[in-house]
Amino acid sequence: MSEPVEPVEEALRPDYEFIVDTVPEGARVLDLGCGEGTLLKMLVDRKNVRGTGIEIVEERVYEAVEKGLTVHHGDFYEALAYYPDGAFDYVVLSQTLQQAHDTVSVIVESLRVGRFLVASFPNFAYWRPRLHLLLTGRAPVTRALPYQWYDTPNIHSLSIKDFRVFTREQAIGIVRHFYLTRGGRVRLWPNLRAAHGVFVVEKMGGLTAERAVE
Amino acid sequence: MSDYLISEAGLGASVGEVVPQSAQFDSLLLDSGETLQPVTIAYETYGRLNEERTNAILILHALSGDAHAAGYHGGEDKPGWWETMIGPGKGFDTDRYLVVCSNVIGGCKGSTGPNSINPATGREYGMSFPVVTVGDMVRAQKLLIDHLGIERLLCVSGGSMGGMQALQWAVAYPEVVASCIPIAATPKHSPMQIAFNEVGRLAIMSDPNWNNGDYYHGPAPDSGLAVARMIGHITYLSDESMRAKFGRRLQDKTAFGYDFSMDFEVESYLRHQGEVFTRRFDANTYLYVTKALDYFDLSGGHGPLEETFRDLPADMRFLVIAFSSDWLYPPYQSKDIVRALKGNGLDCSYLEMRSSYGHDAFLLENKDLTRMVWHFLATTARKRGLRFE
Repeated sequence: MSEPVEPVEEALRPDYEFIVDTVPEGARVLDLGCGEGTLLKMLVDRKNVRGTGIEIVEERVYEAVEKGLTVHHGDFYEALAYYPDGAFDYVVLSQTLQQAHDTVSVIVESLRVGRFLVASFPNFAYWRPRLHLLLTGRAPVTRALPYQWYDTPNIHSLSIKDFRVFTREQAIGIVRHFYLTRGGRVRLWPNLRAAHGVFVVEKMGGLTAERAVE
Repeated sequence: MSDYLISEAGLGASVGEVVPQSAQFDSLLLDSGETLQPVTIAYETYGRLNEERTNAILILHALSGDAHAAGYHGGEDKPGWWETMIGPGKGFDTDRYLVVCSNVIGGCKGSTGPNSINPATGREYGMSFPVVTVGDMVRAQKLLIDHLGIERLLCVSGGSMGGMQALQWAVAYPEVVASCIPIAATPKHSPMQIAFNEVGRLAIMSDPNWNNGDYYHGPAPDSGLAVARMIGHITYLSDESMRAKFGRRLQDKTAFGYDFSMDFEVESYLRHQGEVFTRRFDANTYLYVTKALDYFDLSGGHGPLEETFRDLPADMRFLVIAFSSDWLYPPYQSKDIVRALKGNGLDCSYLEMRSSYGHDAFLLENKDLTRMVWHFLATTARKRGLRFE
């Protein structure tokens, strides 16, 4: 079990609405690092999903159970192995990817137990952190990346472009993507202009080419 | 189960005075192939059954427990063993649910057991009492539930052996059970658990007063039973809780005695626990119930646990709870249950509560446990269409 990390503030979770829109009615959803279950509750209430969360921080698990959710308290590397292949339609990694120790195995395991993986993460190549680093010469602290170098749970610094390159290398197909900033959707130059990336991906089975939904 | 850890202060509202009840049944076919007849089951109920008869919860007790789970017997000031969890507004909320608890068969608190009179001989069964299993205990409870006119159980729950019975209920009567909360339990007894039980049994059987179980009209094997209880008690605590409670403090002394009388507080405490236990518990029941525990294997010894859960209905809900410092029923055993449930796509939440109190943690006042059980039941009730005023 790893040390608890501070929850990302609700205001910093602009990805929720997009994820709720993306997940179809009645889907089976696994939320890795579900926190106190805010997203999962939205999915249950609005999309009638059969949802399960995995969360390592005890108090957050309690809050999720209070919301009526099904939650597994523990490490998601261990818990993912409990599920058979194809147990879920969607696996969600909302603001968790950049905090996962073994990123490749989390993604591989997620795409084993789920058909689709929804990954959202803060874009380290967004213009604000770029500018912050350039002007102050210090590790970026922004609204989307609110931590100091010594207390950040974000152990991987990735950009939207990095993730795209990664999916190509790992033979993972991008099904949908959304690029977000505080002002809403970003379409032009997302790697510079978007604070967050949200990707829906699946294992390359030959069926799916990138088909961005605009 | 330890007596000292239970805080009786601030327990909140109680169900108040309760009256022990019992029901008689003609016979019960046991896993061993023997038939027990007749069968008496001692039980208590708290709260009220709703008109639709959909709000009943069955509570199962642990090794040394009994049917008296909550409230007070007339004239007594010691509440039932799970007073912390059962009552108005508590985890098992008697304002909402009918809570039933019964003494296991093989027990010594009113249900038929080795200290009951065998009608065939007119004497106590003693060692002629048939060996019972957790499966038998559950089959007997089913007779009781039928007798009470309850067709569906909103939940079955208990800690330790109670958790094992709860799991057994889910597997044996999937059409009856809507949800299951096994706490500090295991899908099967481990070699270490069997080993501790065997030491306890040998302590009893080595006591000359045990007399092959035939002691009901003479001196009882109290020293053997006390030692068995002391061993058991150690396994219910933790290194941390014992250090915190006793340290190396001496009992009624300022220096070592340099002899083999008692020196340390922990020695005095254990002896006291052992001695108190002999006043309320039957040594033969200790043998029978620990044997039932050792035989317990939810899969029946056949193949993976996942197979055992294969036919459970998709709407059955589980809340599996373990305690971090429980080294007798370690969290890995609860996770084995969880893994097998999830392997079948069943609805299962798992909580590993941080606690320093070892196995006994489930009996202590615990706001988080209360809160989790209350909400889990509320969700289950909502999904089953129950309404509360």
